[in-house]
Amino acid sequence: MIRIQREDFDPGREADALVRGRTDIGALVTFTGLVRGEAGSAIELEHYPAMAEKELEAIEAEARKRWPLEACLVIHRHGRLLPGERIVLVVTASAHREAAFAAAEFLMDYLKTRAPFWKRETTQAGTIWVEAKSKDDDAAERWKG
Amino acid sequence: MTLLYFAWVRERIGLDEERVALPAHVRDVKGLLAWLRSRGNGYALALGKPAAIRVAVNQEHAKPDDPVRDNDEVALFPPVTGGAR
Repeated sequence: MIRIQREDFDPGREADALVRGRTDIGALVTFTGLVRGEAGSAIELEHYPAMAEKELEAIEAEARKRWPLEACLVIHRHGRLLPGERIVLVVTASAHREAAFAAAEFLMDYLKTRAPFWKRETTQAGTIWVEAKSKDDDAAERWKG
Repeated sequence: MTLLYFAWVRERIGLDEERVALPAHVRDVKGLLAWLRSRGNGYALALGKPAAIRVAVNQEHAKPDDPVRDNDEVALFPPVTGGAR
């Protein structure tokens, strides 16, 4: 399941809802990404709605193909966010922890290099578009082959 | 063709969306970029470094040699920077 939204989310509540009533899940991994930055700065997250939805769905489908996931949730926010605010949530659930850990890391690596979102950061020095990092590409690359 | 622009590509071109009639000689993504660059200063500034531009055709990541057709939705944007750093 994927969601793209402007509003904040509650990681604990989302994770609970995903596994409520299930007795076949032994491992639940929750990753929350936060906005980093100086006090007083802000980021504006632009996205391409139709493609972002398709890409996140494709990334989730790929994770499910690679690991035996019982449940999976990705939430990505857009709009204006302040340092310390939650920006992305990945929840994976599986019978055993290996699949849940690996799939969560895979989902984060892939969404960072494929999902069409762009950050513009405003600080006292001005406003800049955040540049992509090659280490993100490297992180996504290691899942290939 | 519907063209969509995002982030600094959008800012440099000065538009977020436009409809264009694709010239017959433009058949692939790299041809489209070359043609757009010839359309004026904003386009040349935005698309001058093809290595910094990513393209999606009908909402899927595309490569320079992928085909484009007049009824496609094509988006041009910088490398993506979502997620958490």
